[in-house]
Order: sequence, then structure tokens, then C-alpha cells
Amino acid sequence: MRIDRRTFLQLGALAGGGLALNLYHSPLANAQEPGAPPDLTPQAFIKIAPDGIVTIMARASETGQGMRNMLPMLIAEELDVDWKDVRVQQADLDEKIYGRQFSGGSANTPMGWEPMRRVGAAGRQLLISAAAQTWGVPEAECTTKSGRVLHAASGRSASYGELADKAAALPAPALSTVKLKDPKDYRIIGHSQAGVDTHTIVTGKPIFGIDVTLPGMLHAAIQKAPVFAGKVKTANLDEIKKLPGVRHVLVIDGGITPAAFTPWEPGMEPGIAIVADTWWQAQQARKQLKVEWDLGPAAAQSSESFARRAEELLQAPPVNTLRKYGDVDAAFKSSAKVVEATYQYPFIAHVTMEPQGCTAHWKDGKLEMWTTSTLPANGRELIAKTLGIKEGDITTHLVRGGGSFGRRLQNDYAVEAAWISKQVDAPVKLLWSREDDIAHDPFRPGGTAGLKAGLDAQGKVTAWRHHLITYGEGKQFTSGGGIGSDTFPSGFPPAYALHITAQPLMLRTGALRAPGDNIYCWVAQSFLDEVAHEAGRDPLEFQLDLLSNQQAPWKASGKDEVGDHEPTGQSVLIPERFKGVLELVAEKSGWAKRTKEPGRGMGIAAWFCHLGYFAEVADVSVDANNKVTVHHVWAAGDVGSQIINPRAAESMGFGGVIDGMGEMAQEITLSEGRVAQSNFHNHPLLRMRQVPPIEVYWRKTDYAPTGLGEPTLPPILPAVSNAIFAATGKRIRTLPLQKSGFSWA
Amino acid sequence: MVRSNSSFPLALIRARFRSRSEIPNSKQFSRAKQWGADMPLKLTINNVVSTVDVPPDTPLLWVLRDVLNYKGTKFGCGMGLCGACTVMVGGRAVRSCMTRVGTVTDDAITTIEGLSPDGLHPVQVAWEALDVPQCGYCQAGQIMSAAALLAHTPHPTDAEIDTAMSGNLCRCGTYPRIRQAIHEAAEAAASTK
Repeated sequence: MRIDRRTFLQLGALAGGGLALNLYHSPLANAQEPGAPPDLTPQAFIKIAPDGIVTIMARASETGQGMRNMLPMLIAEELDVDWKDVRVQQADLDEKIYGRQFSGGSANTPMGWEPMRRVGAAGRQLLISAAAQTWGVPEAECTTKSGRVLHAASGRSASYGELADKAAALPAPALSTVKLKDPKDYRIIGHSQAGVDTHTIVTGKPIFGIDVTLPGMLHAAIQKAPVFAGKVKTANLDEIKKLPGVRHVLVIDGGITPAAFTPWEPGMEPGIAIVADTWWQAQQARKQLKVEWDLGPAAAQSSESFARRAEELLQAPPVNTLRKYGDVDAAFKSSAKVVEATYQYPFIAHVTMEPQGCTAHWKDGKLEMWTTSTLPANGRELIAKTLGIKEGDITTHLVRGGGSFGRRLQNDYAVEAAWISKQVDAPVKLLWSREDDIAHDPFRPGGTAGLKAGLDAQGKVTAWRHHLITYGEGKQFTSGGGIGSDTFPSGFPPAYALHITAQPLMLRTGALRAPGDNIYCWVAQSFLDEVAHEAGRDPLEFQLDLLSNQQAPWKASGKDEVGDHEPTGQSVLIPERFKGVLELVAEKSGWAKRTKEPGRGMGIAAWFCHLGYFAEVADVSVDANNKVTVHHVWAAGDVGSQIINPRAAESMGFGGVIDGMGEMAQEITLSEGRVAQSNFHNHPLLRMRQVPPIEVYWRKTDYAPTGLGEPTLPPILPAVSNAIFAATGKRIRTLPLQKSGFSWA
Repeated sequence: MVRSNSSFPLALIRARFRSRSEIPNSKQFSRAKQWGADMPLKLTINNVVSTVDVPPDTPLLWVLRDVLNYKGTKFGCGMGLCGACTVMVGGRAVRSCMTRVGTVTDDAITTIEGLSPDGLHPVQVAWEALDVPQCGYCQAGQIMSAAALLAHTPHPTDAEIDTAMSGNLCRCGTYPRIRQAIHEAAEAAASTK
């Protein structure tokens, strides 16, 4: 089994929106020779000690999605060892032997499911071969159990530990030839295995990026301009150099020219790096900085001007058409009823609990990195380019990151740490403050969407038009701001048009958990609820009816797609799966028997993204002051035939719901190019008292298992919005909630 | 040069936290002393006495992490808003990022590393049994807040848990498991008495 380039590109596209274009084209081409993917071997992933302890290499970065469990569990299952005998070791970055090493797009499950199991099975095959040769018996007569090879006919058995040396020296079988277990025989997959780092975490051992410590290490903080890419004109550097603990003060010129389209990883942002004996000293010195900035053109940007321009663009003819079929205008004209609405949503920041940072050690022309990046190969390439060194001179260690949500797919902090370390010729740990982390985040871009739907006399959808006003230039959309031509309900209404028009943005944006989908789901599923009510129909029945009458299934080879999103065969929405999760969540939540009382209501929504299907129902009450309490949430997911690590999967379900609810009250606003928000008081996360009981259910279907990081999140936003409508009759068309007059209780 | 853009009344947040016994403010420590600039400070951390030579207004968090190498306590916000830096001072949960080290020289300080000698504090055991962490970064602070809660309220209700824990943020969404783990820890602690 090989992950060939084509497959990887397909998987890459699943990351969604602008991310697909930006993330997977150039980095991939450089990461490995096209057409020459790595041959994975069991020897690269598995080490067995004489005492039978099995060390399995975890190839993907861990930022909380449980990848350090999930991928090794696949290997251990087919290797046929007991999980208690497995130790997981984080692999350094080396894609030649491990294959692609990244955590994004919920891709590790679909990308690892087959190859990792085959690596384990090939390891088992080697051990059988070693035993068979030792005993002089046919391999076919040997079986395995719990880390032993058995030969029933002769009653002989040997532990893997005894056979390991001999097995390791044998040529590995082709992965495509090894036999895989029948799923009914699984003893590890499908059984909850506690996080391999849980004990380390609860006892406070140093395992996060921020904890990395090297002998002689200095600490760095960076002061950047209050406006994106603003440059240093003058500063009191000499005064700062004299402050306690300060060793170096460096001006970073940076390499960004603000333009209408800001690419993924645009380059180093300018600023002043202060390097001191401790980070606190660097921060204290920073407070004494007096800088005159050349703010540049980004200082003219504001949320108000963005909103005004979006309004204008919405009234004007669309610049791009991503998909169009049927005669949309004629269908609207002949409709019994036409519903129109404008939805608006803000920029928001990633705010991982661990702020960005990285440790770098420049020594004798070579670089060693300890990074929390979830796309480290891209980081290595950027660092090599920025420092003018060879990628081969960079060693990259992958360190657990305190959350990512898409943030650590970008490597800006790592480039900064590497650059500083080279300048000062010493090991350096860079840490951003929370204020840095919010002001200089690659934001989830905001946007405005004009929606229009037609209904016939029977209350059936006749036509659907969606015009997204996003950011970028022409056909180049800012990362996270593109939209796929397959985005629901594309393909279902009899006539349909999806348009996109961009306005300039001089600001970094990026992929936030379920990029694009984290907000397009809210737009589409809120508007669908609106249209159902206008049709006088139950929102669930209305949506199931729409899903039952697919008019124009999306096809990858069509000529009507010019977006930056490249869905593929496996990622085409399958209506039966979409309907299946809706029906399951309706059953579990008692949707049909829900009671109607003033101030309390239930909302339902569903989505398909990153190969997974989720439907969620929220039970919400709203008090006289428009304070919203979510009393209960039910979630139903379909991610294929197998839930690999059930308790961790349920945690991902909780996480998607809670994170998505949190995003409903967040916003980043700009005034004179400056980000107005600075810390958790004005970019809040949900707190425990605001979190309802959540039930997560699985609908197992006959499809290969897929990932959970992203698809759990999108439906909760419209489920809550629709519930607020059910409770109050007020439709939320603007996020954050506060802008629509609501807030969390 | 660090701009302040608080559109939210921070004072209100702090006032609300102050009203809760477990969420402190450095002003609570009335024994704060006047310190000379270079006077070494004596700290008692996890029953070990250390002397540090830092300005007394240095946050306890950074003394723990970068001077004494207790890396379990985490930095999240620097403003007492997220709870990642929670430690116990005199048995009470304290935000170490907002606690000046000069104000806690007479107190017993407990960090995640010293909560139990073997990682077997009932809260740690429950956390592990339920596999609470996702990314894990906020968990040391969550655990210290939970341990402080149980020390004063051995059988907390859901509402008491929510109140005690609402100063600890988690973006991964571990709250439902935290709530369950606190109940299990309370039961386990009761059954061993």
C-alpha cells in the first residue's frame, strides 16, 4: 500500500477552502518526489525489545486529537500485541521513512487507516517468518496471539521479543500482500485506550512546546507593529539593551509586502526581537520599547469599511460563478414565494491554550528545531528559504502542542525562532504573549453571504442562490475564505447558483478547525431553517425531503468549478449518509415530540465535511434579557465502519460542540488596521458553567473510517441559532451573538 | 508599546472572581512585604525550600517555570483570565500569573508536580481513569482548581463545580469529563476515609 501523490492531493483537498490550494500544492511538490512516495516498512515504525515491550513510532504531530494513540493502535492491532505492552514514541520529521507527517483536515484517519494497519500486519508477517525459519515449519501453520508466534502442531511458541532480531533482518513483505484481520477479531481497535500521555499530563511533566529547555538557552519575545506587516522606522534599541537580563535586541525587517491577496505563510512579519535570560525579563524590557512604525497601507483597513464594501459588492453582479445549473432566474420568477436574507460573520482567532512559540538551536551552520507545528515539512522548507540554508541541515523534533485548531499548520513562529537563534548563535525559546497570539493570528476570515431561495405552491424548493462576499483578489481567495462548489445544498435544488466575489485584505488568514465549513454550515443550515419555516414545514422533514430529491450530483470532472476547492470521489456527499445522521439525531433528541413553549426551543442542523457526516440538535432557552442557555445537545455522526478509539472519539464530539458554541460569541474587529481584541476577556472561550450535557451517537456505515477533528463542529452553530429562533421567533443572521442582541447566560 | 484595547470591563471580571473563595487576587495576601531590589526570596514549593534572586514583583508563574524549572504550571493569558497557571497557595487555588512572588514567601505553595508524591491524588486518578485531557495544556490548572475545590467542598454539586471551575478555560472541550472526574474523585476520596 502506498499513499501516492494523487491520493494525497485528494486528501489534501479535504482540508477545505483556500487551505487546499495554499497548503497542498507547493509544499507537497517539495516534500517528496512526485510519483515516488515512500515505501513504508515495519522496521521504521516498530521496535521490539527482548522483554516483549513494543515501541511504536507515532508519525503525526499531537495537538490534542489523539493521533499519538490512534495511529499506533492501528499498527499494534495488526501486529497482534497487547496494548499494555506498547510504548509510543514520537517520530522526528522524516517523511522518507514515515510518509506524510501532518495533522490537519481530519486526514490522519483516512490517510493512516490502511497503511498503518498494513505496517503492523507486515511486522507480524516478519515475526512469523522468523519463527517458521527457526523451527523449520511452514509459515502457514503459524499463528500469533498477544505478542507470541505459535505453532499448534508441534506445540512450540516464541515471544516476539525472542524473534525480533531475526525478524528485523528479513526483507519486509510488500504491504499490499499482507493479510489484514477480520474486524470482528479486533482487540485494540474499537476498544477505548487511554491517551498515551495522560499520566504525564496529569502529573505535570514537561512535554509541551513551551516546556522545551536546552542548556544555555535564551528566551525571546517579539514586538510587532500594531498593524499587519508594519515596519520599524526607529526605536530606542540602545536603552533596551541595557535593561536587566537583556542580551540582544534585533530588528526584524520581515519579508511581507501588503497586497490585496495575502497568501498562506506570507513570510516573516517585521518587528523587534528582545532576547533575554528569561522570558519575563524580555517581556519587561518590551514594555520600555519606544518604536516609531512605518505602518504601511494596512493601517487604512477597518471592519466598518469591510462591511460597507461587502454591502456594495452584494448589490453588484458577482465576479465569479463557482457552480450554476438550471435556469435560476426563471425559477425565482415562477416561484410561489421567494425568501431572501443576508448573513454576516466575523473574523475570529484560533486562541490555542498554549500560545505560539518554538525552540531553535543554531550551531555550526546547522539547525535543530523543537516545534509544535502540525505541518512541519512546510516549516522546514520555509526556514531553509528564510535562513538561506539547506533543508538537509535542519533536524526537526515534533513536540506536543497545546491545541491547534488549524493554527499550527502555519509555521511563522518556528521561522522566527530559527531566525533569532541564528542571529544570536545560541539556543533560543521564542514565546508569544496571549496579546501577540490574538493580534497576529492567521484569522478565520469573516464574510457576508446573500441567500435567496424560491418555493413552489407545495412548499418545495425551486431554486437556490448563494453569493459569498469574501476576501482576496479576482479568483485568489484568502485562506479559509474560499468555498467549494459542492458545498451543501449544491446539487439538491432544481436550479442553483453559487457565486463568490472578493474584496482586498491585507491580513493573514488561515484554516480554523473545519475551515470554511465552520461558518458555511451556519449560513446554509440557518437559511434552510428559515426557508422551511416560510414553507410552513418542519425543518427536519423539509431537509430530508430536499435530500431525497437530488437534482444534479456534484462531479469532480465538471466544467463549472473554478473554485480553489477540489473535492474528490470519496468526498462527494452521499445523501443517504446525510439523511442517516439527521434521522438518528432526531430519534435520540425526541425531535418529533418536542414541546413548544415560549422562550424555549430546539434547533436541528447537519453537515458533511472532511469525509464525515454530523447532525446536531440543541435544546435552548432564552430569558427576557436575551440570555441564551443551552440545556442539552445531541450529536449523531457517521464516519464510516469503525470508531477506532471510542472514548477519544466521544471527546472529539464534545469538543466540536463546545468549541463551536464558543465561536458563536467571538469576533475580531479592526480599526485603523489594529486588532481591537487582546485576550480572553474580549475574545472569550466557553466556560464550564455554559456547557450543556452532550450525547454523542454513531451511525456505523459500510465506508472506510474517517476523521473527527473537523466534522463534529459545524452543525452546532446553526443548531443553536435555529433553536434560538424556535424559542423567540428571532432569526440570528449576524454573528457574534452579541451583534444580534443575544449573549450566553 | 503594548496597546490595551479592553472593550470589556476587566474590573468586573476580577470583582466577580474575588467573590469566590478559590480564585484569588494578589491583594488578598496581606502579608506582602516591602522588599529591597536584590533581596533573595525564600519560597516553599512542594515542601521544598528554595531561595530565588528575582524582583519581588515577578509573577510566581515565571519564577516557577523559568527560575525553579517547575514546568507543569502553564502560561495561558498573563491576566488571570484562563486559569492555566493555577497553583495552590496555602491550600487555595491561585492564578500564579497574577501573583507577585514577593507576596507568597510565607506560604506553602503547591504545584501540579507536588500535588501527590506518586501521581495518585484522587483528582489525578479520576482524571486518568476518565482520560480527561485532549491537548492537555490547561489540565494542570484544571486539576489544581479541582483539588482545591475538593479540599474545601468534599462533595460538590454540579453547580458548585461549575462555579469553582469556571475560571479555568479549555478550548478542546474537556469540561464534561472534568465535571464527571470531580464527582468520581469526590466519591473515591470519601470511600477511602
